[in-house]
Parts: sequence; structure tokens; C-alpha cells
Amino acid sequence: MTAVARATKGTKVQKAESPWAQARRRFFAGRQGPWGLAILGVIFFLVIVGPVFAPYHVGEVPKPSEFVFLGRGPSAEHIFGETAQLQLDVFMLVVNGGRASLFIGFVAAVGSIFIGTLVGIIAGYFGGRLDSFLMRLVDVFLAVPSLFVIIVGAKILSALGGTGLQTIIIVFIVFGWMGTARLVRGQVLALREMEFIEAARALGVRPIRIAVRHVLPNAIGPVVVSFPFAVGGAIIGEAFISYLGFGVSALTPTWGNMLSNAEEFLLQGNWWWLGFPGLFIILTSLSVNMIGDALRESLEPEGRRA
Amino acid sequence: MSAVQKSPVSKRASASTSPLLAVKDLSISFRTSRGILKVVDGVSFDLAPGECLAIVGESGSGKTVSAMAIISLLSRNQAIIEGSVAFKGRELVGLSEDELRPIRGGGIGVIFQEPLSALNPVTTIGEQIAEVIVAHRKLSWREAHKLAIGYLEQVEISQPDRRAKQYPHQLSGGMRQRAMIAMALSGEPAMIIADEPTTALDVTIQAQVLDLLRRTTTERGAALLLITHDLGVVAETADRIAVMYAGQIVETGKAANVLREPASPYTRDLVTSIPSFAARGKKLNTITGMVPSPDAFPTGCRFAPRCRYAITACTTAVPPLEPLNDGRLVRCIRTKEVLDGTAAGKRKAPAVKREAAR
Repeated sequence: MTAVARATKGTKVQKAESPWAQARRRFFAGRQGPWGLAILGVIFFLVIVGPVFAPYHVGEVPKPSEFVFLGRGPSAEHIFGETAQLQLDVFMLVVNGGRASLFIGFVAAVGSIFIGTLVGIIAGYFGGRLDSFLMRLVDVFLAVPSLFVIIVGAKILSALGGTGLQTIIIVFIVFGWMGTARLVRGQVLALREMEFIEAARALGVRPIRIAVRHVLPNAIGPVVVSFPFAVGGAIIGEAFISYLGFGVSALTPTWGNMLSNAEEFLLQGNWWWLGFPGLFIILTSLSVNMIGDALRESLEPEGRRA
Repeated sequence: MSAVQKSPVSKRASASTSPLLAVKDLSISFRTSRGILKVVDGVSFDLAPGECLAIVGESGSGKTVSAMAIISLLSRNQAIIEGSVAFKGRELVGLSEDELRPIRGGGIGVIFQEPLSALNPVTTIGEQIAEVIVAHRKLSWREAHKLAIGYLEQVEISQPDRRAKQYPHQLSGGMRQRAMIAMALSGEPAMIIADEPTTALDVTIQAQVLDLLRRTTTERGAALLLITHDLGVVAETADRIAVMYAGQIVETGKAANVLREPASPYTRDLVTSIPSFAARGKKLNTITGMVPSPDAFPTGCRFAPRCRYAITACTTAVPPLEPLNDGRLVRCIRTKEVLDGTAAGKRKAPAVKREAAR
């Protein structure tokens, strides 16, 4: 044994902590991450178990003779107030609408990020003509005015018999993967030149293993960071499209089409009908952005060495 | 191109007839925006089993590129490799990635300069060693992980079983380089290429790591190709030395001979520019100017513009590598005058100290 080996023998070897464990620790040590998670957690709780406590069922539609011209404001019985016309409980609408909105947000984000990551890794790692083809495809999808295509696409898919929910998710995925693809491709291109990839190659490690064990784990950080932002983007996107009247039909409440329905009553003072779904959109978007920022900070490569 | 003589075979290697590695007329060009640049030009050297050859040169002399070309690690789109690299009699130039894979790591191990960037930050040390073992031997992952701990022990890392579960950032620089050596050894290669293995380390650790590298390779009879710019490292470690300048070998022979009495003006300048105790108080010799870039190599001797002994004849043709009595090869037309001190220099030549490198 050399002198060094002897000298270090007595010292306690530090507990092995993976970079992922470190990132997790940094995430929870911050303020944004836990708060973002807490807000999102409350929203999820309300949306999932809310109906259990709700005193009012959405399905209970009053007779046309009972239609009211204006809704009623928040009260002890209806904490978020009631809508005009059908006298629906706004809290129930928000809770049910939240299910649809969050579902759209998460499924669209998972789908578009999965496709984007796949395309990015294939383009970056295998390069050559395949890379050129895939990147031109990205350019084409980015060049199309997406709002127009989303509206037309939603109409076409609805005409083909898709429900509003499916339609909007498919459209968001089809027009949502390009950013991730570019991001991942850039990561992979930079990683391909890294010395540890070269070292693995120099010592005879197989390309598939290099891609899976060395490239992917080092490229995934920015993808993880982009996920919450993608969720928030899809929820806001749904609200926007539905507000314009091209999204999910009014029969399935979402936060977006609630805004659309409530808009004409806002000027008559029915602020709660528009205000509460609006507040939930803002809170959801805020919390996922906080989570995203916290993830970015805890996954930063510079911070990884600390 | 000049005729290239077979390099002298060192004493240790004289028993075996064929060299382990025979590099012949290796030229490497890169496709760049400025056209095709030849960065390595007609380099030849042999490596016998168990021998240590040091390739020495300044940054930009082409030493690392030459070493990486041996196992075709250069980008196939950018680098054009000409000449021959024979490993155990098998030609490596022109092999496909699939054909090279068993040789990389299994026949020739590589140690990189900067162990932190050469180790994957999100994978444990043990996993990275086991990966090389699995790539070259028919072993299960469980067995490979066990063996990896053994290799960490061989490179004198304390508590190897716990270190194996750690990530590169949890190890010190010296330990990382030890882990890198363990990775290179774990394929049980017949030779190891070490590209500036001690450059990124603290001075106090350098000698230990160098000693370890020499010992572990000698123990298993593996040859060592050491790429370095540190003549101190060469003096301690190498049997033979090849000095490169601007993509060509300018002097090669037994390390002791070359360092004690450099025959080419370039090697002479290199040796005299090492600070030493013997020359304390005196002004340190420096080589004026810089290594020319590959698109501006001078005609004739490439060192001529910086050489204190240069005469007009030096700028007309590239001098060939000529043998000396002690088996050395030297690329200089004024070798004789340089050695016996009769060459008139543009500047006063500093005396070569007897105990050249520290």
C-alpha cells in the first residue's frame, strides 16, 4: 500500500449520493419547488376529491322555467357562486373542468415530450441524413402558423368524430414536440463530443449502451425541466383555444370553455363565474412554472459539482 | 517523404522478434474550412511488449492526434489517416467500428488527460469499470462489479468496495485518475496509451500516479505509450523517447541518450528550457516563437525559423531522419556540428547539463 492509501484509510468514505439524489435534495432545500408542489397538490386534491364534498351535482339541470338571467355570487352553500341561466355551482364546474384541463395538460406534455425526446436522440446520435430529414421536418412544423392549424385541425378531428378532449390533446402533441426535439438533439450533439463518451468508445463499450447509459441520462435534465412548462403551456393553450370556441365543447366543462361561457356575463357583474376558473388557471400555471424553475436550478450542471 | 528507418528496439524488447505495435508512415490530415491540413506527417515508431515509449512535444506537435489515430478515435468525417498501424501484426487503419471494438479496451487501453471529463458524472465508478469488463469478457454484471472492486484495489484506492459505489465528483483528482487507470487496465490490454496522464494533477500526486501507471503495466507485461510534454515524466518512466515537432518526429532513441545528449537543436532547446537546481540563478532558456500551425509549415526543416543553428540549407528540403551511432534517429542536417559544439549559432547556445531532466 502506498502512503496515500494508508493516509486515507482512516478517513470515513462519504456516503455515495447519486447526482439525482443531490438534485432532489437541492429541489426540496429551495423555496420555489416545495411551494409549487404544494399549490399543485392542493389543486389536484380539490379536483380529484372535490366532488365528494360538493353539495351540488353538475348533472342537475333545472327546468327552463327556473333559468335565471343572472348568476348568484359566492354564498355559504355555493362557495364559488352560481352561474347564470342553468344555475350551476361554479365550484363544481371548476373541479370538473380542472379534471379535463389537467388531463389535457399532462397527457399533451407527456406525449409531446416523449416524441420530441425520441426524435432528438435519433437525430443527434445517429446524425447524417436522418438528422437532416428530421430537422427539416421540425422546421416545417415550426413554419406552419400553429394557431390556424390547431383551429382547423380541431375542427377536422371533431368532424371525424373525435371528442373535443381527444382532439385537442392530439393537436397539442402533433404541434408540441419540436422544441423538445431541438433541445434534446442539441444536448446529444454536445454530449457526443464529451470526453467520457469518447472514453467509453475508446475502451470498447457498445454504441447502444453508450446511448442508453451515457448519453440519455446526461441529456435528460433539460427535458425534465421542460416538462412542467409544457404542462402549463398546454393548460393555457386549452383555455385559449376553448375561449375562442374551437376547443372542447361546452358539454364537457374545462377551465377554458368556462371562461368562454362566462365572458358575456362578466359585464353584468358575475365576476365569480369567470374569476374562479381564471384563478385556477393562473395558480396551476404559476405552480408548474415554480416547479420548473426549481428543477432547472437543482439540475444545473454547474451545481452538480458542488 | 523521407525514408523512414526502423526504430531501434530497446534492450527489454530484444527478446521478441516482432513489435507489439508498429506504426509506419502515419500521416493524418483534417478537412477544415481552410482546406485539408496535414497535421501529422510520416510518423513511424515501434512499441515492443512491456516497453514504455514516450512521445514528447509541445502543444500542437501532433502527439495526441497520432496516439488517437492508433485506435481510430478521430472523427471519420474529418480525419484522413494514411500509413499503417499494425497491432500484433494486424492492420488497424481502415477497420470498421465493429472490428475495432474488441481491440479498443481489450487490446489497447486508453487513459485520458482530464479524468473528471473522461468519467461519466452520473454513473458510479464501479459501474464504469464493470462496463469495460463486460465489453471484453463473458462475465455477468454481478461478476464484473466484483472484479471492478479488485481493479480499484490494484490502483491503490482505499475502501474500494465503497469507492466503487461513488460518483466521480466524490473522488479527488488523483483518485479519479487512479479510477481511470483501473478502467484502462480492466480490459487486460497488451498496451496502454496514456495521453498526458498527469497533466491535470497536483505536482504532489503526479509522481504517485506515474509510478502506479508504470508499475501496474510492468506487472502484467503491458506496453505503455506515454504522451507528454513533461520531460521530467519521460526521464522517470520511459525506455525510449520520440520527440515530435510540427507533425514530424525530429529525434527518437533511448530516453537516457536523448535526454543526456540531445542531438537535434529542438530537443536541445527543450531539455535546456527545464528549470533545474544545477542551473539556478541563471536565465532559463526559452525557444523563441511558436509552433507553426499546420497551414503554415515552413518549407525545409520545420524548426528552422526558430532554430539557433539554422543555415540556408535548412530551408530548402525537409531533412531526413538519419541514424546516429547509438541507434538514435535524428532529423537535422547539422547533427554533427550541433553535437561537437562547432555549429555557429545565431544566439549563444546554453550548455546541456549532464543530469538533464530532474
